[in-house]
Amino acid sequence: MNTRTLELLVGLFVAAGLVALFMLAMTASNLASYGGDDGYVIKAHFDNIGGLKVRSPVAASGVRIGRVTDISYDLEGFEAIVSMSIDPQYNSFPVDSSASILTSGLLGEQYIGLEPGAEEEFLVAGSVIDITQSALVLEQIIGQFLYSKADEE
Amino acid sequence: MVDILLDRIQGLGRGTLAAVSRLGRANVFLLEVFAGLSGMLTRPGLLIKQLFSVGVQTLIIIVVAGLFVGMVMALQAYYALVDFGAEDSLSVMVVLSLLRELGPVITALLFAGRAGSALTAEIGLMKATEQLSGMEMMAVNPIERVIAPRFLAGMISMPLLAAIFSAVGVMGGYLVAVELLGLDAGAFWSQAQAKVELFEDLGNGMIKSLVFGFVVSWIAVFEGYDCIPTSEGLGQATTRTVVYGSLAILVLDFVLTALMFGK
Amino acid sequence: MSETLIKIRGLKFSRGGRVIFDNVDMDIPRTGITAIMGPSGTGKTTLLKLIGGQLRPDAGTIEVDGQNIHQLKTKDLYALRKRMGMLFQSGALLTDLSVFENVAYPIREHTKLNERMVRQLVLLKLNAVGLRGAMDLSPAELSGGMARRVAMARAIALDPMMIMYDEPFTGQDPISMGVLVKLIKSLNDALNVCSIVVSHDVYETMSIANYVYIISAGTVVEHGSPDEIRNSHSEWTRQFMEGLADGPVPFHFDAPPLLDDLFAGSGTRRG
Repeated sequence: MNTRTLELLVGLFVAAGLVALFMLAMTASNLASYGGDDGYVIKAHFDNIGGLKVRSPVAASGVRIGRVTDISYDLEGFEAIVSMSIDPQYNSFPVDSSASILTSGLLGEQYIGLEPGAEEEFLVAGSVIDITQSALVLEQIIGQFLYSKADEE
Repeated sequence: MVDILLDRIQGLGRGTLAAVSRLGRANVFLLEVFAGLSGMLTRPGLLIKQLFSVGVQTLIIIVVAGLFVGMVMALQAYYALVDFGAEDSLSVMVVLSLLRELGPVITALLFAGRAGSALTAEIGLMKATEQLSGMEMMAVNPIERVIAPRFLAGMISMPLLAAIFSAVGVMGGYLVAVELLGLDAGAFWSQAQAKVELFEDLGNGMIKSLVFGFVVSWIAVFEGYDCIPTSEGLGQATTRTVVYGSLAILVLDFVLTALMFGK
Repeated sequence: MSETLIKIRGLKFSRGGRVIFDNVDMDIPRTGITAIMGPSGTGKTTLLKLIGGQLRPDAGTIEVDGQNIHQLKTKDLYALRKRMGMLFQSGALLTDLSVFENVAYPIREHTKLNERMVRQLVLLKLNAVGLRGAMDLSPAELSGGMARRVAMARAIALDPMMIMYDEPFTGQDPISMGVLVKLIKSLNDALNVCSIVVSHDVYETMSIANYVYIISAGTVVEHGSPDEIRNSHSEWTRQFMEGLADGPVPFHFDAPPLLDDLFAGSGTRRG
């Protein structure tokens, strides 16, 4: 076999490997959601974040607009602080928007739902969302249900 | 009676010493190969030749195996998931198992059997026919000219082959899920995209296959270089490459999995 | 005897618990053909590997061109080896290269000559061994004798100061044997180098050697010019030279008397 064919085949092989990697990254994993990390970061405090994780989606009306970048615990307020990066084109959410931790489907993963408010001012980088609703924890819901039943009787 | 016992103990001791000295030789050898890598970079032609015989010639078996593994995975996942009405998650199961485990591990096992044994046999034959000695006497370092290109080609080929295996496997899974079982194509991809992490799953899988490539290539070239230069010794060395290579892959896979995914 | 090129003093070497050389002294002159002969298994090939620095002696020194070969740094050893040619028993041609590329190999590795000069050199060397016409063949297509001749062309590619021949006549038919004998002689005379021929083919070797060493059981048994060796009175040398079945080297491997063994019952002695 001459050098040219040899080099050609090896070139094809390496290219095929790289294409395979690229294809796996693009179509079968969440590379797309990494795209341009130039969104603005806002924060929200929650009593309970349930199963929320870093990189969980942030959505408004079901449309994905950003993702969770950091989760930490505030020892002064005894609350969870969730930082989320919102894609730059969604830059006109009113400051009194509210954030809730929701579940997709009955047993699906958890995400943050943003509900727009009515103020004229918009959320910017570093803003903190005041109105939040924590994750629903099944045990608490059942507990509340039992209490209310007991009260009725 | 005591004699037999003493003989056995002596045998054990001799075996242990031999194993330790072999391990030592393998490590010294690895250092020499590393030293040889730099000298090899001036001759890319040598590497290309080896990429061909190590990588390209292993490609067919990898593609065929990947396709069928992906298809079988999809079928099995379907039967397991359909009872829970969760067959939409099929793609997650197929893609995750391919990226994390099956891709790197099966590729490495096939690689050890196809390319590893060929490497050992080739180097062993060069040793038996005094070609390596001949190079030394021509003031050419055979580790630099013969071993290093083969070692490096193995290390480069393995992750590429594993990526191809996984990609073909995913396509095989897609064929079965969408064309054969009639699942929704959009759900197939969107589920996978939602649940498969780029670095955690694909990245760690690639790290695994880099490690496997390193270890299998090392074993293969060392067994060839260290073999007893007779036809019998050559056969034993080839067998050892496949056996030790496969065992090393499986043990390392466990260790790596525990380190990467066991939080 | 002309100036000494290789000086071996008090050489001791053993492998796997078996003593191969015990206190060997040798002087190999800078020009002419020196033959080293001895029965199979006396470590003749090992001696060449020791001279080439591929093996390390347990004791003693080997000096090649004034340099103690086992104390050289790798770089210097390689520099010295460029001036040594070695012909292996099998030829040791690189099987994935053509005949032409095999001969070109050391030239390409060690010089920066352009392609035209490499080609000219290779053709000259191949012509010297009569195989210019075979330059496009692969080593697998060569007969054993031709492979050795190509290996010779490769060994002289860099114009070495010495050429070592490891069993060059073994397993050859009479014609290629004759060709090889003639070639070794003519190359030696044309290049005016030191040729070391290791062999147990008495007749062929004696016909071209200028000086002969006979080794057995790890020591030099006898040395001298071919005539001196032929007229030797040593019983051992006579047995070796004339190929007698029985003599100082007994026909029977060491064993107890036959009768004792026959009546010793069943099984082997090691039982």
